[in-house]
Amino acid sequence: MSRFSRSILVLALAGATSAGFAFDHYKGIGRQATPAEVKAWDIDVRPDFKGLPKGSGTVDRGQEVFEEKCASCHGTFGESNEVFTPLIGGTTKDDIKTGHVKGLSSGDLPQRTTFTKVATISTIFDYIQRAMPWTAPKSMKPDDTYAVLAYMLNLAEIVPADFTLSDKNIAEVQKLMPNRHGMTTDHGMWPGASAAKGGIGNGGKPDVKNTACMKNCKTEVRIGSGLPDYARDAHGNLFDQNRSFGPVRGIKTGGAAAAPVVATANAGSGPLDLATRSGCMACHGVNNKIVGPGYNEVQARYKDQPDAAARLALKVKNGGQGVWGSVPMPPNGEMKDADINTLVAWILSGAR
Amino acid sequence: MVDIVKQPGRLRRAPENFLSEAEVKAVGEGRRDFLRKSFLTAAGAAMTAPMLARASEGDANILQNPEWTTTLGQPVAVRPYGLPSKHESQLVRRESPGLTRVGAASVSFAPLQGMFGIITPSGLHFERHHQGWYDIDPARHRLMINGSEPAFVKQAKVYTMDELMRLPSVSRIHFIECGANTGLEWGNVAVPTVQYTHGMLSCSEFTGVPLKLLLDDCGVDYRKARFVLAEGADGSSMTRTMPMEMVESGEVLVAYGQNGEMLRPENGYPLRLVVPGVQGVSWVKWLRRIEVGDKPYATKDEAVHYIDLLPNGQHRQYTSVQECKSVITTPSGGQALLDKGFYNVSGLAWSGRGRIKQVDVSFDGGINWQATRIEGPVQNKSLTRFNIGWVWDGKPAILQSRAIDETAYVQPTYGQLRLVRGTKSIYHNNAIQSWKVDESGEVSNVQVL
Repeated sequence: MSRFSRSILVLALAGATSAGFAFDHYKGIGRQATPAEVKAWDIDVRPDFKGLPKGSGTVDRGQEVFEEKCASCHGTFGESNEVFTPLIGGTTKDDIKTGHVKGLSSGDLPQRTTFTKVATISTIFDYIQRAMPWTAPKSMKPDDTYAVLAYMLNLAEIVPADFTLSDKNIAEVQKLMPNRHGMTTDHGMWPGASAAKGGIGNGGKPDVKNTACMKNCKTEVRIGSGLPDYARDAHGNLFDQNRSFGPVRGIKTGGAAAAPVVATANAGSGPLDLATRSGCMACHGVNNKIVGPGYNEVQARYKDQPDAAARLALKVKNGGQGVWGSVPMPPNGEMKDADINTLVAWILSGAR
Repeated sequence: MVDIVKQPGRLRRAPENFLSEAEVKAVGEGRRDFLRKSFLTAAGAAMTAPMLARASEGDANILQNPEWTTTLGQPVAVRPYGLPSKHESQLVRRESPGLTRVGAASVSFAPLQGMFGIITPSGLHFERHHQGWYDIDPARHRLMINGSEPAFVKQAKVYTMDELMRLPSVSRIHFIECGANTGLEWGNVAVPTVQYTHGMLSCSEFTGVPLKLLLDDCGVDYRKARFVLAEGADGSSMTRTMPMEMVESGEVLVAYGQNGEMLRPENGYPLRLVVPGVQGVSWVKWLRRIEVGDKPYATKDEAVHYIDLLPNGQHRQYTSVQECKSVITTPSGGQALLDKGFYNVSGLAWSGRGRIKQVDVSFDGGINWQATRIEGPVQNKSLTRFNIGWVWDGKPAILQSRAIDETAYVQPTYGQLRLVRGTKSIYHNNAIQSWKVDESGEVSNVQVL
């Protein structure tokens, strides 16, 4: 028997002894992660505070950081509804006692804020640490994360103004979260083991039961609602959202508010791409105000001022407040001067 | 009245045939003024549409060969990466105005109203980003697997794309649906077309490595680590918890391929998690880390968002499965039927609990139902196309579809769903969709309780 056919025999035997793959180790694939690598990426914080970094921060320090990094989107008091839904509001002293936000069941809440929903304080810490601020995620040190969270807790009247939040007392604050008892896992939509078997929920039992009736299933057809006229027109001209041939046509609907076609994702290098990459477009529209003024408004105000370029470049770099309202523009110190100058020149020339 | 453009390819009758019986009677009575007008209208139409041939001869598109039949076409590789026809520009991803205020944390909907079969062309796949998308350099992308306790893995490991793509791969067709799909419609009808009611839904063939294989390679302690956290490499580094049971089933994939090519950047290039049957938020894009642990994580997208508000004020947490659901896509809201006569009514059905067993359609608002023809082979946790013939008699009708999956679960009505979950749940609306056809042929969105 040649060496070649013998090795085939060995492979065949290996295949016969195991039903799946004939390998128990994928040789040469992957390598051990170093402790520093795991530390760099393993930043999650669980409800039992596993993963929580050491540190502390005061409400006062939190207010400073919040105004610098957070207020432009969330408002100075976390109340703003302009960019995202509000963080703060809708909770009461009584909710802090009961652990249930009453407004959720009474219908008194005009809108659910973050603090009316969240049951676990770890969730907020984890999220700020991993994803905030919006345009510079993961840039906050643990002490500033504690501080911002302390400020938010104070805004929600959960802790006093002289409070210092730390890894030592965060578990105590958890006991004051207004909606801490507001979650249930008693449902059938967890695709794993049931709570009785160490998992979550009821093991997959659905909560509604329809039957497959085929004939004379009811005596009348009750229409709950139809499409309101404004909604018919709110998504642009539906004629243009259907093929011009085939079994049907789109109906012609009016409305100038045509549903915007999602912009083609060019990996371009123009000023608009630079503005998008730099996070500017989160707050400024080319032709509309979002949080900050539209670029058309900026151009209109500054176009005739000889020192406009230099002044705007400074505002982009260092931030500013008051010219366009109370919401501050955050500083953008991480941007290159050349990029800032490119953007300012583009805005002043009409952002086209 | 619906304003439908003239149907091409139909031969125009001679002007005298335009007259109704009443008009013919009027002519008989000596009134010929509007007969003249009819001739003028017909002449005008012929002038604006010069291709229209005289009825006696036939269709100009047949009688006169068009330029594509009589001239030289384009060579190969003019478009190195192919594009849809220029006549297909209407069917694109679209945003719903006013739904979100920040494009980097928003949604675009797939144009289900014009799609066929079950596969979503990658360029039309719906989008949901939490902090913007990136086109990540695959040479610099890494996947790390570790434990919430070091002891939960024999070895925490790092894999490169080179290494992941050397491993044994599988290719499977699965649907992905955002948990908030149809979420705008919990309280009442809110949006006009199926693109906006159901368009956070797509289906692709995904290619990748079963996550189980990688966890085995790291020596996971399956006795202790019963929960799995997946984390993205984007700015949001989005995280979701899933049960180890799903990973052990072999269904969860670490995928790089989508419909024969690499994932699109908007869909997580170069690596995403595929969690069949579970809402889209768990299919973490730009996947960079898997952690195995002994407890769920209550991340932002399972403790602030993607929680389902019940009438009693409690929120359901860790709701993940997309229950059995279906929708008729042709005809659907915002469309108009061309004329009375035959139509192939077509739609999609899917279930997060397995295969679709049956889809029934009603034309009378749910009083009577007929079983449809299901296009096979029916795949596990995949979109499934159904078709049924229908002759529209010009009278008002209400079209509905009702799917049944292999667990015998029957898709519920709005009335049944609201009885348990109220109207503010936002997520997991799988109610039966109704489309009302009025006498003009216009199809609109209504809710039948």
